[in-house]
Amino acid sequence: MRVTFTVNGRRETADDVWEGESLLYVLRERVGLPGSKNACEQGECGSCTVHLDGTPVCACLVAAGQAEGREVRTVEGLADGDRLDPVQEAFVECGAVQCGFCTPGLVVQAHDLIERVAQPSDAEIREALAGNLCRCTGYEKILDAVRLAAARKAAAS
Amino acid sequence: MDFLRPTTWAEALAAKADRPEAVPIQGGTDVMVELNFDLHRPAALLDLNPVAELAEWTSGGDGRLRVGAGVPYVRLITELGNRLPGLAQAARTVGSPQIRNRGTVGGNLGAASPAGDSHPPLLAGDAVIEVESAARGVRMIPAAEFYLGVKRSALEPDELIRAFWMSPAGGPQYFSKVGTRNAMVIAVCSFAIALHPDERRVGTGIGSAAPTPRRALAAEEFLAAELDWEARLDPAVLARFGELAAQAASPIDDVRGTADYRRHAIGVMARRTLTWAWNEFRSGHFERRAG
Repeated sequence: MRVTFTVNGRRETADDVWEGESLLYVLRERVGLPGSKNACEQGECGSCTVHLDGTPVCACLVAAGQAEGREVRTVEGLADGDRLDPVQEAFVECGAVQCGFCTPGLVVQAHDLIERVAQPSDAEIREALAGNLCRCTGYEKILDAVRLAAARKAAAS
Repeated sequence: MDFLRPTTWAEALAAKADRPEAVPIQGGTDVMVELNFDLHRPAALLDLNPVAELAEWTSGGDGRLRVGAGVPYVRLITELGNRLPGLAQAARTVGSPQIRNRGTVGGNLGAASPAGDSHPPLLAGDAVIEVESAARGVRMIPAAEFYLGVKRSALEPDELIRAFWMSPAGGPQYFSKVGTRNAMVIAVCSFAIALHPDERRVGTGIGSAAPTPRRALAAEEFLAAELDWEARLDPAVLARFGELAAQAASPIDDVRGTADYRRHAIGVMARRTLTWAWNEFRSGHFERRAG
């Protein structure tokens, strides 16, 4: 089947999509956006987190056909040209990236948190990131990065 | 495989009548896992996302809430947390934020897993499930009659789940769940309680400790007979309630826990949730908050 949807502001059409295929597969293999990572394929790890109509979801659990006519924003759509999104910048500065596999999902999820909650508490950060697994960092530097991004956002507004 | 995209409820019912083998998909948090792992390959998927009315809830004339099958857990928490506190507590323990943004009570009912988090509070709160088919119209099924076996429900192949009906809490409600961490956990077992002070009655729901979610009926009858609603909780009544709740379970050994552990934990959670609910009731905090 054919699926047409908007990705990072651009209209995309994917053809010959299998009806049981996930949005994640369409993004990675058909639209050429490999930023969202494919790991657990069961909503456990958060590596494929994208915005669907503004709401963070696991792209592996969205059927491709369910994206028809909708708006998707992936990690590739966060930066403004060469200028990184403040969450991405904070991840770099805080050393929150090691192997990098979980990073795209964490960045998208953290981005959503600080959009919704101006100054998140540690409990709120942990709750928001509970569905994103990282096997390298031990999470401390990720928490540092989210705190930094939130503080900068609060200071700027 | 076919991908069916009805845009209205009438179209969805017609599609399900025409293709009873089609698997409805809403948040996809169960259905897509089966597809991704090639555990199940249905002849058709019936996407219910475009059926906008499923994502709405209303307050009916009789005061009961009618919550559409497509209302995601996150909205149960933010929009109905005060009116359905037991269900909202259970919703907070579902998966992760990403899962709660997509997963629905309708999907939990459709999957009918004994471990589904929404079932115990639906049972404790006397929920009624509204299902419909194009051929026979609406059927209202009490939650206690909905679950028939492991992943089997009273839903007929040509029916879809439209909504669940539930009265706003008339007393304190609590949900408790055992798992290895606070997030991303399928219940080892769970327990829900709902005080119904106007009827001098307590509702219960047991999760993940029997082939289906179920009420602890003997424990409920015991409390209806023995509970003194004007007094502090009698420790002997509390202990007996825990025993009867544990006896209502018929758990199995599996990867998440042993039958013995589950039976024990149900008794502990029954005592604990009754204590929480009783303390809230006696403190008058519930009336103040609801008022």
